[in-house]
Amino acid sequence: MELVINGEKIQVSAAESTVTGLLRHFDLHHKVVIVELNDEIVAKESQSDTRLSNGDKVEIVHFVGGG
Amino acid sequence: MLKIGSREFSSRLLLGTGKYPDFDIQRQSVEVSGAEILTFAVRRMNIFEASQPNFLEKLDLKKYTLLPNTAGAKTAKEAVRIAHLAKASGLCDMIKVEVIGCQKTLLPDPIETLKAAEELVKLGFIVLPYTSDDVLLAKRLEEVGCHAIMPGASPIGSGQGILNPLNLRFIIEQAQVPVIVDAGIGTPSDAAIAMELGADGVLLNTAVSGAKDPIKMAKAMKLAIESGRLGYEAGRIEKNEYAIASSPVEGMSIG
Repeated sequence: MELVINGEKIQVSAAESTVTGLLRHFDLHHKVVIVELNDEIVAKESQSDTRLSNGDKVEIVHFVGGG
Repeated sequence: MLKIGSREFSSRLLLGTGKYPDFDIQRQSVEVSGAEILTFAVRRMNIFEASQPNFLEKLDLKKYTLLPNTAGAKTAKEAVRIAHLAKASGLCDMIKVEVIGCQKTLLPDPIETLKAAEELVKLGFIVLPYTSDDVLLAKRLEEVGCHAIMPGASPIGSGQGILNPLNLRFIIEQAQVPVIVDAGIGTPSDAAIAMELGADGVLLNTAVSGAKDPIKMAKAMKLAIESGRLGYEAGRIEKNEYAIASSPVEGMSIG
C-alpha cells in the first residue's frame, strides 16, 4: 500500500498493517517517537491495534535539540 | 527554589539543547551547568535513518525535566498541535509556547502567543510562554493562567544581552508567577544582571552551545546565575552621586 509518511509517498508492504508494524519496519519501535495518523495522534497504547490503509497520512515526529 | 506549577527545581538555569558541536560536549555542558530543565524542539523524523543518534537517548530522564518548545509554529493552532505531539511522548507535560511572528527578528507574535497559552492552560499543560518584554502582555499571559512568563532579553540567538532592563524589572515586580528571562543572553554578566533584576531563572542556549568552549561557558553561566540570585537576595546598596568613605572619618592621626 502507499502511505504518505512525513509528506513523502512511500510504498509499504501490506503486511505492516498497524502503526506498530510500520514502526518496526523502519526500526523505530524502540525510539521515542510520536505518531499522527490522518491528523490524529495515535496514543502509544493503541499503536498495536491502529490499522493503516492505502493513502493514509502518517506523521512520525521526535524530539530534537532546540532552545 | 524555583517553583513552576507544582514542581520545584534547585537550579535556576534552563538550558537549550540546540546547535552543540557534538553530543559529548553537549552531555558535559549539561552536566556542569547543573540545569534540571532542558528544552527540545519537535520535528519530523528521518525514518530512513533510525540509527542516527538522538541526544534524548543519552540522557538519564529521571534527572531532567523536559521542556519541549513549539518552535516552528506561526499560529496558535500550530502551537497547540505541537504541544499535543510533545505530550503524547509521555515524557512531559510542560510546554514552552513559542509562536514566531517574524522570521527575520524571530520576535514572538503576541496575539497568537496569548491565544495558544490560554488554550494550553485550559487543556491542562504547564505553560511557559516565550514573550517579548511587553509589560502588559506579560500581565495578560499571567491572567490566563500561565505558570511562568519568559520575556526575551533581546532577539533569539543574538547575544545582545538585556536591552530593556526597565521593562524586565516591571514584569518581575508585577508577576505572581516565576519570570524566566529567555533569549538573547550572550555572556555570564548578562545572566547575572537578569538575576540581579529579580528574575527567577534564565533560559539560554546559543550562549553556551556557540561558545568556543561550551563546557566552560556552561559552568560560567551556572555560577553567574547563582551569583546574580545571591546578589538580588542580599539586596544591593543605594546608588549615590558622590563618594561615601568606607573608612571612618574620625580619629585620623594626621592634620
